[in-house]
Amino acid sequence: MNTTATPPKLQARNVWKVFRTASKGQLVVMQDLSLVVHQNEFVSLVGPSGCGKSTFLMMVAGLESITRGLIQVDGQPVLAPGADRGMVFQSYTLFPWLTVFENVRFALRKSGLPRQEQDQQVLHYLERVGLQAFKDAYPNQLSGGMRQRVAIARALVYKPKMLLMDEPFGALDAQTRLLMQELLLQVWEMERTTVLFVTHDVEEAILLSDRVYVMTARPGRIKEEVVVDLPRPRSLLETEADVRFARLRKHILTLIREEARLTMEQETGMNTP
Amino acid sequence: MNQSQESTPVPARRVRLFELHGEIPHGYYLAAGASFIGIFLLGWTLLTAFGLISPIFLPSPLAVLQELTSQVQSGILWQDVLASSYRIIVGWLISTALALPIGILMGNFRFFEGLFEPFNDLVRYMPAVAFVPLTILWAGVGDTQKFIIIFIGTFFQEVLMIMDNVKIVPREFIQISYTLGLNKWEILRSVVLRSAFPGIWDTFRITLGWAWTYLVVAELVAANVGLGYRIMRAQRFLETETIILGILVIGVLGLVTDYAFKITYNLLFPWMRRTR
Repeated sequence: MNTTATPPKLQARNVWKVFRTASKGQLVVMQDLSLVVHQNEFVSLVGPSGCGKSTFLMMVAGLESITRGLIQVDGQPVLAPGADRGMVFQSYTLFPWLTVFENVRFALRKSGLPRQEQDQQVLHYLERVGLQAFKDAYPNQLSGGMRQRVAIARALVYKPKMLLMDEPFGALDAQTRLLMQELLLQVWEMERTTVLFVTHDVEEAILLSDRVYVMTARPGRIKEEVVVDLPRPRSLLETEADVRFARLRKHILTLIREEARLTMEQETGMNTP
Repeated sequence: MNQSQESTPVPARRVRLFELHGEIPHGYYLAAGASFIGIFLLGWTLLTAFGLISPIFLPSPLAVLQELTSQVQSGILWQDVLASSYRIIVGWLISTALALPIGILMGNFRFFEGLFEPFNDLVRYMPAVAFVPLTILWAGVGDTQKFIIIFIGTFFQEVLMIMDNVKIVPREFIQISYTLGLNKWEILRSVVLRSAFPGIWDTFRITLGWAWTYLVVAELVAANVGLGYRIMRAQRFLETETIILGILVIGVLGLVTDYAFKITYNLLFPWMRRTR
C-alpha cells in the first residue's frame, strides 16, 4: 500500500521477549514478532490471553525491555518511554488529586505552550469526549466510562505521534463499552491519530480498525494479518450489520479459537504430572 | 391480588439494628456511643458511691474532678501538659525528619530498601522500653533522654510505614507519566509523593499516638516534670485520683491530636472524598 520512501510510523522486526523466572528458567513469551503500522492507521492486536499482546504494547511504549529484535517509531529505535507515544491503560490512571481539567492539562506540562493556549486545547479535547461539563470534578466522582474518556482526552491533547491503547474499555460494563467504542470511532475519524490498539474483543477490533493482527498462543507471533475493508465513517449499528463484518468476525474468531485451544492443551499438559 | 399494595401508604420501615454489615441511622450510631460512655461513668460512680471499692484503689469520679480543679488552679496540670507536649513534639519531629526521607528512598528504590531494611528490622524488634536504662546512662533524666526513647519507639516503625505509603502508589501512575514526557525526578515529586501524601499524613497521625505511649514510659521511670512523672509520684503517695486524672488527660490529649490530624486530612485532601 505504502511504497513511499518514508518509514512506517511503527515497525517491529523479529521482536523477542524472554522472561527469566526463578522456577521455570527462561520463559519465551514472544518469538520473532514483526508488524507494521502506517501513518494515520488504526491497527488492532488480538489474540488468546497470555499471548503477549499487552507486553508488546509496553515494549513499544518503552516501558518494557526488548530481549531481541528492533522496534522503530518513525525510523528511530525505541529505547525509552517518551512523549511521542501516548498511552491509555485498562486500569484508571487519572490522578485523583487533580480535577478532570487539571488531569488533561497535566499532559501539556512539557509542551511549552502558553497557559492560555493550554487551557484552550484542554477544553477542546474535553469537548471531543463530551465531558466539558465535568471539568471541575475529581476522578473519584466519575464513573468508569467517564474516567476512560478523560484518559483518552489526556492522551490526545499533547498530540503524540501515535497512541497505544491497552484494552482501554476492558474494565467497563457491556453497555458503556459499546458507547465508548462509538465515541472512540467518532473521535478517531476526526483526529486520525495513528493507533495501536490491544483488545481481546474481536468485534471491537473489527469495528475500530483498518487492519487486525491476530497473534498466536505463547510464544506470541503474528498468525495472520486481516485487512478490514469496511467503509468509513463507520457506526456501531450499521457496520456490525454489514455482511463483511460477520465474515471477518467468523474468520478471526476461528483463528483465535485454534490458538486458545493450543494454549489450553499446553497448560493442561504442563499441569498434569 | 394484594390489596395492601394499593390502599396502604408505604409502611414505616422497621429499623434493623443487627443486619450483617448493615447500615443504621446516624442518630442510633451516635446514641450508642454516648450511652456506652454513660454506662461506664454510671458504673464507676455506683461502684465507688456504695463503698464497694476502696478509694485507694478506685476514687470516685467526683474526687478525680476535684483533683482536676486543684491542678488547674495551682498550674501543675498546665506545666505537666506543656512539658510532656514539648517532649512529644520534638521527639516525634526528629523521628519524622529522618523517617520521611529514608522511607521515601526505601519506597522508591529497591537499593535503599535492601540497604536499610535488614538493620531496621533488627532494631524494630528491640523493645524501646528496654532502652530506658541505657538512655539514662547516655543522656541523664532530662528532655534529651525522652527524645531518644520517643525516637527509638517511633522511628523504626514510621520509616517502614512511609516506605509502604510510597510503594502502594500505582505503577501505572509512573508509567503514564513517563509517556507524558516527564523525567524520573519530576515523576517522583509531582506524582509519587503527591499520590503518597494522604497515606503519609495518616502515618503521621498514627506515629504521633505511639510517641505518647513512649513518652509516658520514659517519664514514669525518670523525670521531674510531666504527666508520666505526676502519675509515678502519685503512686508513691497513694493519690489514686491523681493517677486516674493523669491517664484521662493523656487520653484526651491523644484524642485531640488525632482529631486535629483527621480534620487537616479532610482539608488537605478534599479529593479523597467520594460523595458528590
